Amino acid sequence: MGRVVLVTGVARDLGRRFARQLAAAPGVDRVIGVDISPPRGDLGAVSFARADIRNPVIAKVIMREQVDTVVHMSVLPPASAGGRVTAKELNVIGTMQLLAACQQSPDLEHFVLKSSTAVYGSSSRDPAMFSEDMDARRIGAVGFVKDLNEVEAYVRGFARRRPDVRVTTLRTASALGPGLSTPLTAYFKLPVIPTVLGFDPRMQFLNDTDLIDAVEHATLRDVAGTFNVAGDGVMMLSQAVRRLGRPALPMPGFAVATFGQAMRQARLADFSREQVAFLTFGRGVETTRMREVLGFHPSRTTEQAFEEFAASVQPGVVSERRVRAAETMLLGALGGGRERTAELTAAGTARPAEGVRHDG
Amino acid sequence: MGDAEIIPIGTRGKPGRGTGSVKPSSSARSLATRTAKKPVARSGDVPEGTSERPVERPEERRGDVAGARMPEPRQPAVEPPAPTPTEPPTTRDHRHPTPGIPAVDWMAGFTNAAVEVFGDNWEPRLAAFLAFLRRRLTGDYTVDEYGFDAEITQRFFMTAIRPVAEKWFRIEVRGTENIPADGGALVVSNHSGTIPIDGLMTMVTVHDHAHRFLRPLGADLVFRLPVVSEIARKGGVTLACNEDAERMLRGGEIVGVWPEGFKGIGKPYSERYKLQRFGRGGFVSAAIRTGVPIIPTSVVGAEEIYPLVGNIPSLARLLGIPYIPITPFFPLLGPLGLVPLPSKWIIEFGEPIRTDVYDAGAAEDPMLVFNVTDQVRETIQQTLYSLLIQRQSVFG
Repeated sequence: MGRVVLVTGVARDLGRRFARQLAAAPGVDRVIGVDISPPRGDLGAVSFARADIRNPVIAKVIMREQVDTVVHMSVLPPASAGGRVTAKELNVIGTMQLLAACQQSPDLEHFVLKSSTAVYGSSSRDPAMFSEDMDARRIGAVGFVKDLNEVEAYVRGFARRRPDVRVTTLRTASALGPGLSTPLTAYFKLPVIPTVLGFDPRMQFLNDTDLIDAVEHATLRDVAGTFNVAGDGVMMLSQAVRRLGRPALPMPGFAVATFGQAMRQARLADFSREQVAFLTFGRGVETTRMREVLGFHPSRTTEQAFEEFAASVQPGVVSERRVRAAETMLLGALGGGRERTAELTAAGTARPAEGVRHDG
Repeated sequence: MGDAEIIPIGTRGKPGRGTGSVKPSSSARSLATRTAKKPVARSGDVPEGTSERPVERPEERRGDVAGARMPEPRQPAVEPPAPTPTEPPTTRDHRHPTPGIPAVDWMAGFTNAAVEVFGDNWEPRLAAFLAFLRRRLTGDYTVDEYGFDAEITQRFFMTAIRPVAEKWFRIEVRGTENIPADGGALVVSNHSGTIPIDGLMTMVTVHDHAHRFLRPLGADLVFRLPVVSEIARKGGVTLACNEDAERMLRGGEIVGVWPEGFKGIGKPYSERYKLQRFGRGGFVSAAIRTGVPIIPTSVVGAEEIYPLVGNIPSLARLLGIPYIPITPFFPLLGPLGLVPLPSKWIIEFGEPIRTDVYDAGAAEDPMLVFNVTDQVRETIQQTLYSLLIQRQSVFG
């Protein structure tokens, strides 16, 4: 007999795609999608139950359908959940209720939580790379960071009370993908990208299909524990903005926060406090445990994930094509013939021999 | 003088060339037209016998004013003035140079400039430079996981700091053979000079003499300050915490650490070359855990660049920074007081202290960690004293 999986948060794009993919996976009998609002796209073989996880109805669904695996994907940042108060209500209270329902169920064997690397927060005291056993450095976390920490704490409590259930927590980096709509993709789609003056944060990205694959991997493999999931390498925000060919608009931190208020009211992009902190200090997570213990290898690095996303959006005013054209024009004007220019461009592109050997 | 060509001055050109403004000055107006209001003759003001108004022709003062402005011995006084009232006065537009220079000359100028800047082999070098600019503009470069940008560090930061190290502080470097050619190592140095310039100088010294990048560990203040944080990350700095130090050392980097921290850099001038407490010895446990050698490094000269004679603790607390320096020249001379004094520097890399002889559990033994910390501290202190004796004078 195959597994019966309950997936929360299927109204969103990522949850819906994950549920569909899981329904097609071998060894999975049924997938039940749960959310407050109906999904926007096609759910395929997934049966949808319109239920609020804050409602005892969810316990009845788990009991009646003899669910053995719960994948909790509806922990969302405030901008996606529709406001700070609603987000807290859904994230924290929703998770409590869901875990209460799970604790009652005798059939439950696996619990997978899709958390986020936002759980580490962002501050000037952060180490370069967070590993799974580190906590957020800033004491008194607020907003989404606090929500995430509380949610994870409840899940750890659940794991203690039900040692027979395998509990896996995935802390995923910011997802990027061509069709994906998150606060971060909305930010990168702005025609002029506001940045925090004098800071250049490091960022890690995860391709959206990699994210879905990682959650599927964690659902189907019998590995317990907490894992960071991110693409290899890091990118600087300035680098990302340049690759999009968009002009950056550096402004002081407090101005970004004020500007963010206006943007949020106009529903253009999310500039919550934790998002501004992320745009100031950035964050990097260590993914050794993901590779060695979880056994998951993302198909794309941070840079490749970003490249794929950048290719799907309209290039900005300083696109690579224009910069190349300007370079060719300048060389052509100075150097003469076209062949010569092509030759020179090729010669220039080959990076100069490294005068200094650099280890690592 | 008979055969010399006499060039008349002040009578042929258009009047009002002085300021270039649309409206000529009153004196120019008076020169331009006969109808202009005659200047009030102030005979008392113009002493007889000045070169402007030759005494032999005093009658001209009443008649042709323009002709009388300059001494014109050969010119008859009856010559009419050059300008006509219909012609507009000279303006800035008449002086604009661009319409006069053909495009070919511009090209030749640029080519010559390129040869000047890039040398004879300028074409490929200019192409390489433009490609570099293009890569930077389109974000086509990579950084490591700490945000270190090797390209910009080597091509820009090091190039900018090098002249200061070589020409301003005239750094004398000793013991570069003690820096390993590969693998991890921990460079531990004394800290001084009000502003961490000694860190920058050690970076450029390691880069130029050992051909490796020094990766400094910085206080969290570095990452809290705008601009500083951005440059620090790109230059290879990371936060001074055990996780980052061990991670970098495992990655085979040369890591630089200044364990005195703000206590060392912000100490008064009277306590110069007296080492402060070496933190809590975290750097030693990091080195023992990763088994890399510790290279005690002594920097002489950095104490004198900004002699710290005072501090404004209340203002510093208000701004959330460790101290506000008062030196003999700052803030007295304003920005000029920020120029460091050109003291003579000596950087000596000492003999490496091996840590791979200790077993894995040694890092958890506080007594052993304290002992190694003291050993490093004493080595640096003794080297400082001997270097001070060898140094002839502060600015020598």
